[in-house]
Amino acid sequence: MRLALFADIHANRQAFAACLDAARARGAERLICLGDIVGYGADPEWAVDTVKDLVAKGAIAVRGNHDNAIGVPSDSMNADAQAAIDWTRSRLSGEQKEFLAELPMSREEDNRLYVHSEASDPAKWRYVRDTADAARSMMATELQITFCGHIHRPGLYSMSPTAKMTSFVPTAGVAVQLLTGRRWLAVLGSVGQPRDGDPAASFAMFDTASREITYYRVPYDVATAAARIKANGLPHWLADRLSIGR
Amino acid sequence: MAALTMQAGAEIDGFTIGERVHRGGMATLWTVTHPGITVPLLMKVPLTSEGEDPAAIVSFEMEQMILPRLSGPHVPACFGTGDFERQAYVVMERIPGQTLYKRLDALPLPYEEVRVIGGKVATALASLHRQNVIHHDIKPSSIMFRERGEAVLIDFGLSHHQHLPDLLQEEFRLPYGTAPYMAPERLLGVRDDPRSDLFSLGVLLYFFTTGVRPFGETETLRGMRRRLWRDPIPPRKLMPDYPPWLQEIVLRCLEIDPAARYPTAAQLAFDLGHPEQVKLTARAQRQNRDPFGTVWRRRFNLGAAPPQPKSDVAAQLASSPIVAVALDLGEGTETLNETIRVTAEQVLSTSPSARLACVNVLKLNRLAIDRTHDEQGQNKHIDRLVALQHWARPFRLEEGRLTVHVLEAIDPAAAILEFAAVNLVDHIIIGARQSSMRRTLLGSVSAKVAGEAPCTVTVVRPSRLTPATDADDNDGAAEAAATPPALF
Repeated sequence: MRLALFADIHANRQAFAACLDAARARGAERLICLGDIVGYGADPEWAVDTVKDLVAKGAIAVRGNHDNAIGVPSDSMNADAQAAIDWTRSRLSGEQKEFLAELPMSREEDNRLYVHSEASDPAKWRYVRDTADAARSMMATELQITFCGHIHRPGLYSMSPTAKMTSFVPTAGVAVQLLTGRRWLAVLGSVGQPRDGDPAASFAMFDTASREITYYRVPYDVATAAARIKANGLPHWLADRLSIGR
Repeated sequence: MAALTMQAGAEIDGFTIGERVHRGGMATLWTVTHPGITVPLLMKVPLTSEGEDPAAIVSFEMEQMILPRLSGPHVPACFGTGDFERQAYVVMERIPGQTLYKRLDALPLPYEEVRVIGGKVATALASLHRQNVIHHDIKPSSIMFRERGEAVLIDFGLSHHQHLPDLLQEEFRLPYGTAPYMAPERLLGVRDDPRSDLFSLGVLLYFFTTGVRPFGETETLRGMRRRLWRDPIPPRKLMPDYPPWLQEIVLRCLEIDPAARYPTAAQLAFDLGHPEQVKLTARAQRQNRDPFGTVWRRRFNLGAAPPQPKSDVAAQLASSPIVAVALDLGEGTETLNETIRVTAEQVLSTSPSARLACVNVLKLNRLAIDRTHDEQGQNKHIDRLVALQHWARPFRLEEGRLTVHVLEAIDPAAAILEFAAVNLVDHIIIGARQSSMRRTLLGSVSAKVAGEAPCTVTVVRPSRLTPATDADDNDGAAEAAATPPALF
């Protein structure tokens, strides 16, 4: 089965729509949303309704820290993020807020774990920045492959049976087989707010039969997404960063 | 794991096990057959039992990831892989014959034979590097030859693929590989420089021509580290008849700084294919190693070297193309040749390590024996070489970046195409013939080259504002349509 995985959509309608089209064109049979549906971007209602609709049709979604902050105010966000959360909260209906509040922190499927931040303590919202962070997450689960997001930069880590780690920045469009002899942590790039210097939206496909993961970059209408952020009175940096991918 | 017993007659995923043909420290090799596959097959099975070297598993995983992605005559074709959940294996084409290791008893080999072997291995490395893979274990026992002559590289367990995770990255605290052949930068943990393979090939060339390993057989890290500052004894010191061009090539491969080696395997193959055109530098005549002052500075300035940015295999190859310029030297070609020079300058200015091969075709008569060739052919040939040199002089290319070639052929386009294929040319620059009369009679050389070349082709014609002597622009435009867009 071909899975399409999306992390950190962040209410960017133009980016998410482009990624959904790209995933469907590549034969996606099951969609996985790794959290942070809202926050930063200007189309939270559309983003929540879209994911909700996909879940009703069999997709899996887990909760991100921005989704969480709609119902449970966070004191650890920077000013721009907080401003966007407050604005988003004012936009969402009760039903939409309820959908976000009820998202699970993680989900397991076969030998795979889906979680927003990492596996050792999902509610602490830690980032996977290096092999040490990756090792902590991988030690915390028995499952062979963990998929996460949160840091907005794609990365692929592996751990050998003797606990030796490897790290790798995936090349877009090149499939990597997740060998069965070791365990893997696939960190997804961000759909709606990439921060690795490439403004193109990021998502990945995983083929459960061949065990191949392929990261993709999808160009989208950044100008419209940025204009909508400014038009809704959100902090301008949230719009400007989209065009530089930072 | 290993639920299946490896024994003759057993079947795995449709492959029937034959006999065990090799048992090494890391893996065993079995012959296998498959009803749908006609070529002879070999199954490689890693040693994975308790207490085995973990390197066996990791290097097997690397091979399992890399081999199925490789193609071409210079690697064994891959027919299937099995994972560790049941029985780990890789099934590949069985290359008949022996590895170069079998030749060690016969060393030193004649220079000419080593030149030919080296050229084939360099060509194979060029193919591998173009597929984003660095071999990292080039040595006699990882080189075989097809019956048609092409070198085949085997054993990708230590290889690095630019677009795949490097599982050996943190696996071993010490660099892993074959000590006598290991490039100095590998000792500093660098695994992403294709020029490491050129160093290993240089060790092989040195060893095969002198019978002596340039850095000895040391296996200790301390002993291996010496090559970070100590250059090898020049071959001419060991063998007084050692050809200067060969010493030039070998010592360039063995340069401590990767940047001082050949920029690409294709450029090394080019020199091995044209020894008479190797530009000789001070290296070619050296009788002694570097003086102690130089060695001392190298050794104690090691830490002072600035950290190197991560290298990009594809970008490095792209910056070091072999550019062939096909020139017509007849009457009335001056304007066109000047325009070709401008185009070539643009290409060279963006590729600091590019080499330029200037090619002219001396056309032979199709039917009769060419009497003028018999009487004056030698002079004609030299005249053309001199003219090519003259044309290329304004480029002021340094150290072996320029070669000139006069090809004798009946069909100029075919000769240029063959030259490009044999010499791994990346880019052909050719002029469009201006005279419609000649083109009608002779056919368009540039159109045929553009249509059939194995690489990028730029077809050059003087600007329409240039008053051409006998040009027919409309006719020329049809030729331009066959031209792919310029890539720079």
